[in-house]
Amino acid sequence: MATERSTIAVAMSGGVDSSTAAAMLKAEGYPLVGLTMQLWNQRRLAGKEGMPEQVQGRCCSIDDVYDARRVAETIGIPYYVVNHEARFERDVVRPFVNEYLAGRTPIPCSLCNNHLKFDQLLATARQIGAEKVATGHYARNEFDARRGRWILSRPADGSKDQTYFLFGLTQEQLSRTLFPLGRYTKPEVRELAREFGLGLASKPDSQEICFIPGGDYKRFIDAYLEEQGETLPDSAGELVSATGERKGRHEGIHNFTVGQRKGLGVASPSPLYVLAIERESKRVTIGGEEELLRTRFRVRGLNWISIAELRNSARAEVKIRHRHEPAPATIQLVADDEVEVNFDEPARAVTPGQAAVFYQQDEVLGGGWIV
Amino acid sequence: MRHVYLDANATTPLLPEVLDAMRPYFLEQFGNASSIHLRGQQARAAVERARASVAALLHCRPAEIVFTSGGTEGDNLALFGMVHPGDHLITSAIEHHAVLNAAEKLRDRGAEVTFLPVNGQGVVDPEDVRRALRPATKLVSVMTANNETGVLQPIKEIGRIAAEADVYFHTDAVQAAGKLPLDVHAMGCDLLTISGHKLYAPQGVGALFVRRGTRIEPQMIGGAHERLRRAGTENVAGIVGLGKAAEIAVEELHNGGPSRIAVLRDRLERELLAGIDETGVNGGGAARVPNTTNLWFDHLEGEALVIALDLKGLAVSGGAACASGSTEPSHVLLAMGVPQDRARASLRMSLQKQTTAEEIDYALNLIPAEVSRLRELSPVYRRHEALAG
Repeated sequence: MATERSTIAVAMSGGVDSSTAAAMLKAEGYPLVGLTMQLWNQRRLAGKEGMPEQVQGRCCSIDDVYDARRVAETIGIPYYVVNHEARFERDVVRPFVNEYLAGRTPIPCSLCNNHLKFDQLLATARQIGAEKVATGHYARNEFDARRGRWILSRPADGSKDQTYFLFGLTQEQLSRTLFPLGRYTKPEVRELAREFGLGLASKPDSQEICFIPGGDYKRFIDAYLEEQGETLPDSAGELVSATGERKGRHEGIHNFTVGQRKGLGVASPSPLYVLAIERESKRVTIGGEEELLRTRFRVRGLNWISIAELRNSARAEVKIRHRHEPAPATIQLVADDEVEVNFDEPARAVTPGQAAVFYQQDEVLGGGWIV
Repeated sequence: MRHVYLDANATTPLLPEVLDAMRPYFLEQFGNASSIHLRGQQARAAVERARASVAALLHCRPAEIVFTSGGTEGDNLALFGMVHPGDHLITSAIEHHAVLNAAEKLRDRGAEVTFLPVNGQGVVDPEDVRRALRPATKLVSVMTANNETGVLQPIKEIGRIAAEADVYFHTDAVQAAGKLPLDVHAMGCDLLTISGHKLYAPQGVGALFVRRGTRIEPQMIGGAHERLRRAGTENVAGIVGLGKAAEIAVEELHNGGPSRIAVLRDRLERELLAGIDETGVNGGGAARVPNTTNLWFDHLEGEALVIALDLKGLAVSGGAACASGSTEPSHVLLAMGVPQDRARASLRMSLQKQTTAEEIDYALNLIPAEVSRLRELSPVYRRHEALAG
């Protein structure tokens, strides 16, 4: 019975997924507390250089909190908003800006999962007396007694798979985490939301980076640095070909990401892409699509999930960005916290700053950051 | 589950007598106080009786009372109604947002604004008011009692300084009304705000005292209500409730109500300080209203403590609620020089007149246990303990 179960804190964003996750757990009789993390104040940069005057972002908006609060009220659970803006800025926003300035392409969602949702939120949950956290992520998480490990694996709905953003979860974090949506497809979740009477079954999914309304990260970086009283470091430099031939100039390395085609400002009969970005020389290497293909790259900041550690090497399917279909590869340990990935077939646009996540069938073996 | 409410500074429950007084004005006596007919006359009479009751609480003339929708409207009317572009306003860093944000809006519109600091106990120095005076100074606005700490401000001294300089003086007395005697003449103020729902009347009604002869520009434009100082059909039932609550408050002030609350508050504070290490009272060295205590408990998150206590049936408050309902570090505590971490680890408890000794016992059982549980979960605290041990 409910009274024997320990309380679960549900992370509620006001969206369909987390709201339905909460309603499902409630229907199963778990004692719940709904929590929304206030992570970013959209008003901070509103009206600054290039930023929208009116706040219209979806991150931590009053509308979303209103929706979450209404869902909590509908299903009959206590609900609170907790302020983690300082931690979010320190562990997500600032590193996001720094990564771009260093010529890499960050994934704030993974940083947020590692530092906020499955660290700070778990801590807050324990502080208020909840031993576990549930979220609306599409992923599966089960304890395998044989291996004695918590196994993170792909959800029933492959098109909504969010395990790529969850590779950083430790065993301790996984042991305290529930993903109630892991066995459902998105259409099923929308149907459940309707059945639970949540009133937001047709609310659109959020797409963009939550703290960047409109999705223009360059303007965000400008506005953020202006607010911080910092100036954008001058990283203008040369555009060069893979053989070092000068092709033009660029305004700053943070404007580029590996694989980018638009905005290079170089005329060419065939499409040109960013191949590499070098922070020290401020050089951006460009070339044809075939030059984007790479077979070998390295990954650091490793976290292992289905195994305790990698000994020597393993075969896996490796995913190198959110919308990338995992491809077969051999991963080889080359240093204490570094592996080399060798794709069987060359892959397009291996991008420093993005995560590489290793799968074996549906299970997440582990992952790390592309260097 | 048991529910104990120690958040009277946020709002107070409606007294049954107040509801009884209001009830007819929702139902059979539904008239518009501006109407000529009998229904209207009954409503008018009720509003004017209430005006006299509120005037009695503040020791002013009934005609000096303007009914409003609450504390924010009263504060806004005082500031926007008195200060114009080019004028100078003196206020303090610890005001309620109804004053602080209105002052900032006035600054945007071309008024000059001085925000006075407070000392470590959260008290404005009257001499700072004197030093801030300029030829263009039009209004001084300093609150009577702070909502977060309960700390009383030297209102009489500030009133005297303002009078000597021939400058208008407004005080937000929302947190003082009913907790201590208020006499607008003794306080030397020209404008004074109160709010119904901090005084056991309903939410959505309040009053602004405007000294006779004070020219104030109305902010609500419409009919000739409230002697042309606030247009809009009177909230008759709410006003009747405020009047009744004011009458009850006057009786309670005579009958030692505040000192009964002070006894409970003092015991709560004393026993928490005795039972918990590394704890103190924000503003504890200053004169305070009798119902409020603001305690810090180092090495924990006040926001989590508030939630944990709520889940166990004790309603208290942390810092300031922001738009989403989450907690931001209190601007009041920060203005007092309380460090960020300690401001975030602070808790406000505010007693109501219905608070019983047994409810205080409940809080005294719960809080030390929750504080030590939260500290055990805090890595900062564990490091600190390891160093100390």
